[in-house]
Amino acid sequence: MNLTPLQFYGDALPDVDLSELQGKLIVIEGPDAVGRTTQVERLRAWLEASGHAVLDTGMARSALAGKGIQQAKDGNTFGPITMTLFYATDFADRLENEIIPALRAGFVVLTDRYIFSIIARAIARGEDRRWIENVASFAIVPHVVYYLRAGVPDLVSRVVVGRGQFDYWESGMDLGLAKDMYDSFVKYQEKLIRALDSMSDRYGFITIDASRPPEEIFADLQRSIAQLFGGMNLPAPPPVRAARRKQA
Amino acid sequence: MPLPPLQPNRHKGKLIIVEGIDGSGKSTQLSLLAQYLRAQGKPVAFSAWNSSPLVKETTRRGKKKEMFTPTTFSLIHATDFADRMERYILPMLKAGAIVCADRYAFTAFARDVVRGVSRQWVRNLYRFAVKPNLAFYFRVPLEVAIGRILGGRDAIKYYEAGMDVGLSRNIVESFRLFQGRILEEYDAMAEEMGFHIIDATGSIEKQQQQMRAIVDRELSSSPPAPSPRRRSAPSAEGQAQ
Repeated sequence: MNLTPLQFYGDALPDVDLSELQGKLIVIEGPDAVGRTTQVERLRAWLEASGHAVLDTGMARSALAGKGIQQAKDGNTFGPITMTLFYATDFADRLENEIIPALRAGFVVLTDRYIFSIIARAIARGEDRRWIENVASFAIVPHVVYYLRAGVPDLVSRVVVGRGQFDYWESGMDLGLAKDMYDSFVKYQEKLIRALDSMSDRYGFITIDASRPPEEIFADLQRSIAQLFGGMNLPAPPPVRAARRKQA
Repeated sequence: MPLPPLQPNRHKGKLIIVEGIDGSGKSTQLSLLAQYLRAQGKPVAFSAWNSSPLVKETTRRGKKKEMFTPTTFSLIHATDFADRMERYILPMLKAGAIVCADRYAFTAFARDVVRGVSRQWVRNLYRFAVKPNLAFYFRVPLEVAIGRILGGRDAIKYYEAGMDVGLSRNIVESFRLFQGRILEEYDAMAEEMGFHIIDATGSIEKQQQQMRAIVDRELSSSPPAPSPRRRSAPSAEGQAQ
């Protein structure tokens, strides 16, 4: 948790003053298919119902680079450094033009992934950790980072049940780890999870066990956010046991 | 903190790059050099700044709509450079080509710093770049460059003039101030980067003669590069595992 005024990890962005930012920056991180998007949607509805203005944002959604990234993905022509830097461009555009202005206006910013996924993907592709951490150091330190963590078998079953097929990039097919998408997905997601785990202490992640049903994950997130941001008048959910009973 | 270095070229091919402010005549000189090398039957590859088929559309749109901040401007150009490095320059160097690059990472080192980006950060950003065997810096006084630009082309463009930096509302004045600061950055790194400085006020023929003499010496005298080796530093070839 970081409730001091926001700051940059590294050198400050030119022409950006952080002193006047009043909003809250909440990051949801985790591997592919772990259920981040579902949680962001629920959190948004909950926060808005409690009277807070919310901006949600996620990878490759920038006005500047979103389209270019999509085209490059469609062509399967991304080299690892190029991919890393294209996503860093996308992130910088959203940070400067969406996230920081929203924080200035007092919004709660919910972001589906942050620099940590960019760093993890670069590490999984054999790039130098110090290089990509330094590249990404223009990011601002969020108030809180939730790391939704689940094992690869959980991710696999969510892909099969939820999406019905494996995705080329989520399977890390560009790495040439295996010939078919399932084997490649397993190896690639293991690498990503290892990379995210290795960042957990350094960046102060709050790890949430995401192998459980979405309702339980959501209740954990609500409780934690209500506790961290005590002044925000957020209704905390009932304790876990009661929640389970309700479900049953 | 010392500034991060580039990767040494451990490949068969040679990397020759040109730098200089707009209007220094560097592109003309590089294309004459490429002709000269091709005429000798040498394998020549050519890569221009900001020309990646994957990235240039994004850059073009960002410029047209004036969407860039100093940081996104720096990052998109590094992305473009990375794509050319991974998919073209490095394979060509491995194949033994003489790769001629019109502008290189030094353009970013000079320009992005003038835009206010951290020097240390932009140097690290390009750490995957291969160090050129020869780097030519076409040095020209500001007024000469401005004369060439204003006389030769249509309007000066927004980002070329550094209008985003807010040095002046007048585009010609902004161009003058912005390019002047870039010139200072080039001069400041010339020694560190081992630039061969060419006086770009001389005749085109004389500059080309100087350039060819230096290139001839490099191509004939330097020992063949040792065979590629694995290394842990970040590089455009470090990902295969």
